Amino acid sequence: MTDALPASPDRGPAAKVITVPAFSLVLLVGASGCGKSTFGARNFRPTEIVGSDHCRGVVSDDETDQSASREAFDLLYHIAGVRLRRGLLTVIDATNVRPDSRRPLLELARAHDALAVAIVFDVTERDCIARNAARGGRDFGPHVVRTHCRELRASLRHLRSEGFRYVHVLEGLEEPNRTRVERTPLWTDRRGETGPFDIIGDVHGCGDELEALLARLGYSPDGASGPYRHAAGRRAVFLGDLVDRGPRVVDSARIVMDMVGAGSALCVPGNHDLKLLRHLRGRPVKVSHGLEASLAQLEALPAEAREAFVERYCEFVDALVSHFVLDGGKLVVAHAGMKEEYQGRASTRVRDFALYGETTGESDEFGLPVRLDWAAAYRGAAAVVYGHTPCPEAEWLNGTMNVDTGCVFGGKLTALRYPERELVQVPARCAYVRSPRPLASAAGTAPAQEGAAAGPSLQWRHDELLDLADVHGKRVIETRLSHPVTVPAEHAAAALEVMSRFAVDPRWIIYLPPTMSPAAASKRVDCLEHPDEVFRYFREHGVKRVVCEEKHMGSRAVIVACRDEAAAGRRFGTAARLGACLTRTGRPFFEDPATEGALLARLRAAFERAGLWTELDTDWACLDAEVLPWNARARALVEDLYAPVGEAGAATLRAARGSAGSALARGVDVGALSEGLARHAAAVDRYREAYRRYCWEVQGLEGLRVAPFHLLATEGKVHADREHVWHLSMLARLAEADPTSFRATVWREVDLESESSTAAATAWWEESTAAGAEGMVVKPWTFVARDAEGLVQPALKCRGREYLRIIYGPTYLEPGSLDRLRVRRLGLKRSLALREFALGVEALERFVRGEPLRRVHECVFGVLALESEPVDPRL
Amino acid sequence: MFLSLTTTAPLATDLGFLLMKNPANLYTRDLAFGKAYVFYPEATEERCTAVLWVEVDPVELVRGLGKGKDIGIEQYVNDRPYVASSLLSVAIAQVFSTALSGRSKERPARAAEALPLEAVLPAVRCTGGEELARALWEPLGYEVRTDRLSALAAGARSVLSLRLLATRPLHELLEHLYVLLPVLDDAKHYFVGPDEVEKLLRRGEGWLPRHPARELIVRRYLRYRRPMVELALERLDADEDDPGQAQEREDARFGPEGASLSACRLDAVVSALRGDALIPSRILDLGCGQGALLERLAREGGVRELVGVDVSPRCLARAAARLRLDSRPPSHVPAIKLLQGSAVYRDARLKGFEAAALVEVLEHVEPERLPAFERAVFGEANPKRLVLTTPNAEFNVRMPGLRPGERRHPDHRFEWDRETFRVWCARVAETHGYHVRFLPVGPEDPQVGPPTQLAVFDLSGAGPRRSA
Repeated sequence: MTDALPASPDRGPAAKVITVPAFSLVLLVGASGCGKSTFGARNFRPTEIVGSDHCRGVVSDDETDQSASREAFDLLYHIAGVRLRRGLLTVIDATNVRPDSRRPLLELARAHDALAVAIVFDVTERDCIARNAARGGRDFGPHVVRTHCRELRASLRHLRSEGFRYVHVLEGLEEPNRTRVERTPLWTDRRGETGPFDIIGDVHGCGDELEALLARLGYSPDGASGPYRHAAGRRAVFLGDLVDRGPRVVDSARIVMDMVGAGSALCVPGNHDLKLLRHLRGRPVKVSHGLEASLAQLEALPAEAREAFVERYCEFVDALVSHFVLDGGKLVVAHAGMKEEYQGRASTRVRDFALYGETTGESDEFGLPVRLDWAAAYRGAAAVVYGHTPCPEAEWLNGTMNVDTGCVFGGKLTALRYPERELVQVPARCAYVRSPRPLASAAGTAPAQEGAAAGPSLQWRHDELLDLADVHGKRVIETRLSHPVTVPAEHAAAALEVMSRFAVDPRWIIYLPPTMSPAAASKRVDCLEHPDEVFRYFREHGVKRVVCEEKHMGSRAVIVACRDEAAAGRRFGTAARLGACLTRTGRPFFEDPATEGALLARLRAAFERAGLWTELDTDWACLDAEVLPWNARARALVEDLYAPVGEAGAATLRAARGSAGSALARGVDVGALSEGLARHAAAVDRYREAYRRYCWEVQGLEGLRVAPFHLLATEGKVHADREHVWHLSMLARLAEADPTSFRATVWREVDLESESSTAAATAWWEESTAAGAEGMVVKPWTFVARDAEGLVQPALKCRGREYLRIIYGPTYLEPGSLDRLRVRRLGLKRSLALREFALGVEALERFVRGEPLRRVHECVFGVLALESEPVDPRL
Repeated sequence: MFLSLTTTAPLATDLGFLLMKNPANLYTRDLAFGKAYVFYPEATEERCTAVLWVEVDPVELVRGLGKGKDIGIEQYVNDRPYVASSLLSVAIAQVFSTALSGRSKERPARAAEALPLEAVLPAVRCTGGEELARALWEPLGYEVRTDRLSALAAGARSVLSLRLLATRPLHELLEHLYVLLPVLDDAKHYFVGPDEVEKLLRRGEGWLPRHPARELIVRRYLRYRRPMVELALERLDADEDDPGQAQEREDARFGPEGASLSACRLDAVVSALRGDALIPSRILDLGCGQGALLERLAREGGVRELVGVDVSPRCLARAAARLRLDSRPPSHVPAIKLLQGSAVYRDARLKGFEAAALVEVLEHVEPERLPAFERAVFGEANPKRLVLTTPNAEFNVRMPGLRPGERRHPDHRFEWDRETFRVWCARVAETHGYHVRFLPVGPEDPQVGPPTQLAVFDLSGAGPRRSA
């Protein structure tokens, strides 16, 4: 919780108000005993003040121990640095009277692009000494204070030139008491302005196109020659470089200046605007890169008009602020972009970044600066819209968009409508000048072939390679459904290995399914799991209606299918294949890509036949399914584990029963043993039946059946808002369309408040599991269910008596075994299920919103990481 | 678990005295992992059979296994209750301890007498098949009869029924069973005594030293009696199929005469890193596995900094142990750092190295991920020099024990012939601004080339440093 600001002092008529920028480093400057701390405490939050005395105390247990000063200041710099990095106003409570003690703090402010402010307490030696004496514990001699005062006075005149943006001097002991500090937002801070905006890229004197674009955006001149305004009150945001190169520099600048003056536009400066300004002010600049066009057009103006324009232009550009943070911090605009750590800060470095972007200082083969790819590394939450570097198409990259589409070079003039995020464009009437280099896409990334439409998008080209920093180490992932999910570093390490060595191309992993908890152990003598416990769980968590689905005994698969190559290219960044079939750990489900391809073809055809592409208005879909039979994927498990156990068990028991029979015939008292052996042999036989039931011959797709049960997502939608019955009935249509490949899932609705309804469901479970079914999965009626404590389990499984033999062994139902098996720790499993569920849905939602792959990958990587947590595999 | 012992010696019921179990009664005894029963289905003067039946408690068997460890379902559903394994050895030692020691109060002479004996084991997991069963028992004078149980499909480790016939003193048969059952089974063992070596030597006295399969017996017997911790590690290895370790296996099998292939490869990589100049001072080993190359490079004078990267945390832990990083003084040169990383993710930590080695890494990358691999390694890490090795698939025909079309290791996603490798390297070099040269590793065969192929990429413009 943030401490409240201290109540304002004396607001009487005599009160003095001084201002500090809301983000700045404030130095309190004054001799010991001058009243700095008192003033600080009255005007700032305790957490905003970093005091040297306090730090001295922290490192030495004695606030006056001067021998600890060096380390105390190391600590002070560290705390101040951390606060500034995090964008927090910071006040330094130290004497700060010597230039060499202020210098490291000024450097700290510069390093964090914060403005530095000095509040000076000009108090006489006598007053200071008296105050020190009065408060005690400060028994250093008067010579110390004397030195402080002398040094302070020597400093006073130089503070501005040392680098303090604001210097406030308070005189005597009284003035500080009458003074109040007010915080002013930085010029760049326009978070209160929420738009809507139309953000317009580099105009470069393309007056015709600008007028056409404004008209298309719905702006019209107010009267005959009045400023352009939007009827609905939208505002234009100009990203600078209004001038140079193009044919109507003066008109373009006038239109923008009029609009800004009238409040119908905002404008940030471009490097060309400033270069023209410098020239007009008589500074030496090289007349090149289109400046000559501006100058010629100014020359052509009548002298009077020229002077008026020049004066107005200079005043206008001089007042422009490097960049704006808009719409509650969700939007940043700047001419050449703005990296996250500079947003809303003020320094020469920030201004240079806004004007020129980030360069290496080298020049390329065209004599232009080599740019660093800040947008590729951008991870900020705010959308950054910028221009400066002409590119063929305006495309999003990691939440940034360059809308300079090279109008003056014959491209087009682009506006981004915000918050709609729609592009409105006007093609250039002609190429007014030749581009000094071929239009690149964003700096650093491979150039697009023949415009964006031809190949994968800029974002997809960037996302071909994910960054380790986006998944490595401990991570906290925000989810819409639940709390942020923490992924411990060691689990992330395990997931990295699986992702790197075994997973399919991450572009296809847009979802991984959560683990599913079983029912709590039943107390009945004859079973371990029973529907009663499942129904009780949901009832206790406020769920009144559930759906019971037949549980297919196969292997889990997530299937992503595209209708055509265009969909694959657009939505998954690669048309190398038309979808993917993944296991629950992101591995390829089929060893042979041809089998996968054939299955996807059948799925496409079934979607087509069922009319689902059209009905869902989509050209791709993501399904959660079970692929049957079990041995299709678990062949090795069956051959190496289940079958040998069954065969060995049968052979051993045959021998034992035979021998016991002979011994019994001889009159040895082995009756009880014989009975036990008979029971055991029956259990082994039933165990063998249990696993054999789920195995059948598969050859390629021949014999393979897919039973989908969630239609997770399609274009524009994650269907987590649909009830399960919707999912099941949509997917049943696939089985109708192609019954050999797809299987509908049998389900029934259960009213948990009705005894007859639950009894009927229980009877259904009894019957079907007795007939060999694995069991059922019970889900809340809605896809997402919550109670007061948060998410409710999205599904619980209730497995049949016979099926569980292949989980717990042939003889688990023996009373001695069953009692001990009832102790099952479900807590971890259920907690994982909820976290993984939240992450899975989050992954889909991010994908559907078109977020960069790393944002989707982060979530599925998280699911994989959580799955590396050791849990009893029998649950 | 079932074992029957039959003798057809005259006065066959003496078997009861030797085993110290009365043929008229049912004998029971509690064991740590279940309950043992002894009874006699037949007991006549001509023929007497004793049956040892052990009812293994599967729940007890896995108690304490799961605490904090990642264990699979196979620990819970398994054949331990049924097949003759080390558990049966334990049961023999406990139930028939006197007979096993060769003593007998009532019939001391018969304890030492060679009797016609038959042992029946209806289910044995036999890793190595029937041949192994014969190789183990026939040298000891047994007639071996096996039968394959009709498994749903024969897995890697088949289940057999086994009958052993010989005329020997009973205690010898029991000793042989005691030692050889776990060897046959070659599987995990749950109960471990502290003095297994002692036990092996005692039970093997008189026969084990002369046994032709002596080494296999000792290796398997002790291997599966290691402490639980190591067993758990072992299990993890088997599951996750650690390429680093597998590499060494491959080399042991296929190495050319003289030096092993892996040693040749390390020599070749070090010499390629050096080129005709000084060894680079900062070297990245991408896919360092268990640190063999790092260890080698650490001994090369002139290397100041080594960074080993691997995707497997376990490999890194072993590399750290091998390089003794825990106790390495900070003043020692070169500084060695191990990082977990991946060749298919961009990683800022891997930028700016003078040289990088990728030894037998490429072939572990899914073909679908190669574009990401290329961009991450050549485009992003972008070392000045990069030395890359991979198997030469053409050479596989020269490798003993490799079936046609089989790869050298199951984790290899592909193995390229020389042409494919050259084409790939040339394209990658062109795309990312490198020159590439190729060098053979190991003895070059006139038809199929060397066992390993090696490419040296030098960043154009940066160029290799030439000595004066």
